[in-house]
Amino acid sequence: MTRIVFASILLKPANKSWLFHNLLATPPPCCYNPAAMLTTDRVSGTTLVLFSLLVIWESRRLPLGTFHQPGPAYIPILLALLLLFFGVSLAVTARRAPPLSSLSWTEWRHALAILAVCIFAVLGMERLGYRVTVLVVLIFLVKIMEKCGWVLTVSFALLVALGSFYLFHTILRVPLPQGPLGF
Amino acid sequence: MTETLHNLYLGFSVALTPNVLLYAFVGCVIGTLVGVLPGVGPLAGISLLLPATFGLDATSAIVLLAGIYYGAMYGGSTTSILMRIPGEAASVMTCIDGYAMTRNGRGGPALAIAAVGSYVAGTVSVVALMLLAPPLASFALRFGPPEYFSLLLLGLLVLAYMSGASMLKSLAMAALGLLFGMIGIDPMTGFFRFSYGLVELGDGIGVVPAAVGLFGLSEILLTAGQPTVPAVIKPRLRELLPSREEWRDSLWPIGRGTVMGFLIGIIPGSAHIISSFVSYAVERRLSKHPERFGHGAIEGVAGPESANNSATSGAFVPMLALGVPSGPIPAVMIAAMMVHGISPGPLLITQQPELFWGFIASMYVGNVVLLILNLPLVGIFINVLRIPYRLLYPAILIFCILGVYAVNGSVVDVGIMTAMGALGYVLRKFDFETAPIVLGLILAPMLEMSFRQSLSMSSGSYGIFITRPIAAAMLMVGLALLLLHICPLVIKKMDWRQKLGFADAKE
Repeated sequence: MTRIVFASILLKPANKSWLFHNLLATPPPCCYNPAAMLTTDRVSGTTLVLFSLLVIWESRRLPLGTFHQPGPAYIPILLALLLLFFGVSLAVTARRAPPLSSLSWTEWRHALAILAVCIFAVLGMERLGYRVTVLVVLIFLVKIMEKCGWVLTVSFALLVALGSFYLFHTILRVPLPQGPLGF
Repeated sequence: MTETLHNLYLGFSVALTPNVLLYAFVGCVIGTLVGVLPGVGPLAGISLLLPATFGLDATSAIVLLAGIYYGAMYGGSTTSILMRIPGEAASVMTCIDGYAMTRNGRGGPALAIAAVGSYVAGTVSVVALMLLAPPLASFALRFGPPEYFSLLLLGLLVLAYMSGASMLKSLAMAALGLLFGMIGIDPMTGFFRFSYGLVELGDGIGVVPAAVGLFGLSEILLTAGQPTVPAVIKPRLRELLPSREEWRDSLWPIGRGTVMGFLIGIIPGSAHIISSFVSYAVERRLSKHPERFGHGAIEGVAGPESANNSATSGAFVPMLALGVPSGPIPAVMIAAMMVHGISPGPLLITQQPELFWGFIASMYVGNVVLLILNLPLVGIFINVLRIPYRLLYPAILIFCILGVYAVNGSVVDVGIMTAMGALGYVLRKFDFETAPIVLGLILAPMLEMSFRQSLSMSSGSYGIFITRPIAAAMLMVGLALLLLHICPLVIKKMDWRQKLGFADAKE
C-alpha cells in the first residue's frame, strides 16, 4: 500500500499504467498476509497518530491564540501535529520493520503482576500505611509470583518493609504514611 | 588563572571540611551500590535520598547527590565487566568487551582500566568544567528567551541525531515528551491543561516519577521472570594489574573518551549514555584490529568508561552556568538546589562562589574516593548481586516506589511512575528509546516559555529567532543536523525513483 501511495505521488500520470500493472496487479507477497503487513513500526506509528489526534481533540477547550500571539493550546496542538507527522512517516516507511508477531512477551505475567502491585501501592499506601502496603506487595511477589517458601517470604518481606521504614522514616526523616493503625 | 587557583583553594577549604568530606564519601558509596544494582539507576538513588538532603546545607546536599551520580558511573562498570549485566544504562557498551575479557581471564585488568579511565576522565573533565563554566556563565548573561529557545531546540535535535535508534523514532519520542510536559498550568495564562481535575497535575508530570518509571520500572518489567543471572566471577586483587600492552592500548581511548564524553555531556540529552556509544564506535573505527572488538578488546572498555564519566562532569556545565538541565539527573539536582533557595543560572558562580567551588573541589575528592573504593572493594560490592534476582527485583521495586513517593509525599506520583513504567515497557519492546521522552518532559516548560516570551518581545514576529546572531547560529546548527540525517534518505528515495523510471523505460 505504501509503495502505491508514494509511487502515485511521484510518478507522472503517463507512468501510472505501469504502476497499476506492476503494483496492483502483482502485489508483493506481504500484501496477501495481513499478519506480515502488521509490522512493529506500523502499529507504533498508528498508535502515535491516534494519540496525537486525541491531543488535538482534547485541546479544543483551550484558547488557541493567534500565529503571532500563541495561546495555551497553541504549542500542544503544534506538538501534536508534529507527532502526527512522525507517526504517519513511521507507519508509511515501516515495511522493513520486524513483524508484530516476532515480539516476544514471555515475561508478561510478571510484568502484569508488577504493574498490579504498583496500582495496589497507589491505592493502599495512604490508607493502609507504608509498612502494611510493602508487606503485602512483597508477600505477593515473592510467594505467589516467585513461589518461594513461607519462611523466606515472610522474613524477607518483614526485613525490607520494617528496615526501609526505619532507615528512611526514623533515621533520614523522610515522611512516610503510617495508616490508621499507626503502621 | 590566579583567580581560578584562588577560587579552587576556597573550594578545597569547603570540600575538605569533615562534614562535606563525609557526604562525598557516603554519596560515592551509595552511588556505587546504585550502579551495581540493575534497574536502580542514579536517578532512583538520587530521588531516594533527595528528601533526606532537605535538612542539610546546600553544599553538602549537592555534594552528596553528585557523589551518587558519578559513583553510579563507576559502579555500573563492575557488573558489566564481571556479569554482563549493565548496572546502569551507560555501561551497556562496557558489557561487550568487558565481559569478553572476563571470559578470557582478564576481568581484573578490565576492572582496573575501567576504574583508572573513569578516574582520569573524571579528574580531567572537572578541570575542564572548572575552566569552562565561569566564562560560559558570563557569556550566558547575554542570553535572552530566543537564545534559550534555540539552545533547547538544538539539544533535542542533537539527542535525536545521536541516539542509537532511528532519528524519526527519537524525534517522535521527544515530541511525546514535550506533549507530556504540556500537562499542568499554563505559566503565561494560568489555564489548566490536560489535568482532568487532578490538582496534583497542576504542576505537571514530575521528572522523578516519569524517569524512574521509564528507566527503572520498565527495566524491572522487562527482566523479571527472565532466566537466572549468570554466576559471578570475582577476580583477586593481585589479578587486577593490567599488562604493559593493555596500558598502552588504553592510553589513547581514555584520552579520546574523556574529550568526547565532556563535549557530548555539555549538550542537553542523556549524555552519559550517548557518549559511551559514540566512544565505542570511534574506538572501533580507529582501531588497527577492529575484529578484536566484541572478543575482549581493552579499548572497548577504556573508551566508553572514560566517556561516560567525563560526560557526567560535562552535564554539570549547562546546569551550573546556564541553569539548563541537560537530563533528568541535573534536573533533579536543580530542584534540590531550589529547595535550598539557590537559583542555578549565570549568576550562581558569582553569587555563591563557595557552593560552586566547593562542589568542584568535592568532585576531585570524590574521584579519588571512588578509585580507592572501587578496586580493592570490588568483591564486597559484587556480593550484592549474589542475592537471587527473584528477591532482588521486589526490593528494587520497593525502593523505586519509596523514592518516587518521598519526593513530594504524593501517591499520584507513584501512579504516574506506574503508567510511565508500562509505557516504557511497551516502547522498549517496540525498539523506541525512552531518554528523549524524559528530556522533552524536562525541557517542555522552558521551551514553551522562552518561545512565547520571545514572541512577546518581538510583538509576534518570528524574525527574532533569525535576527539575533547567537539564536540564529544555534538554529542553523540544529537545521544542519536535521539535513545531515534527512539527506541520505532523500538520496535513497531519488535512487528509488530513478530505478522506477528505469524499469518504466525498459518496459
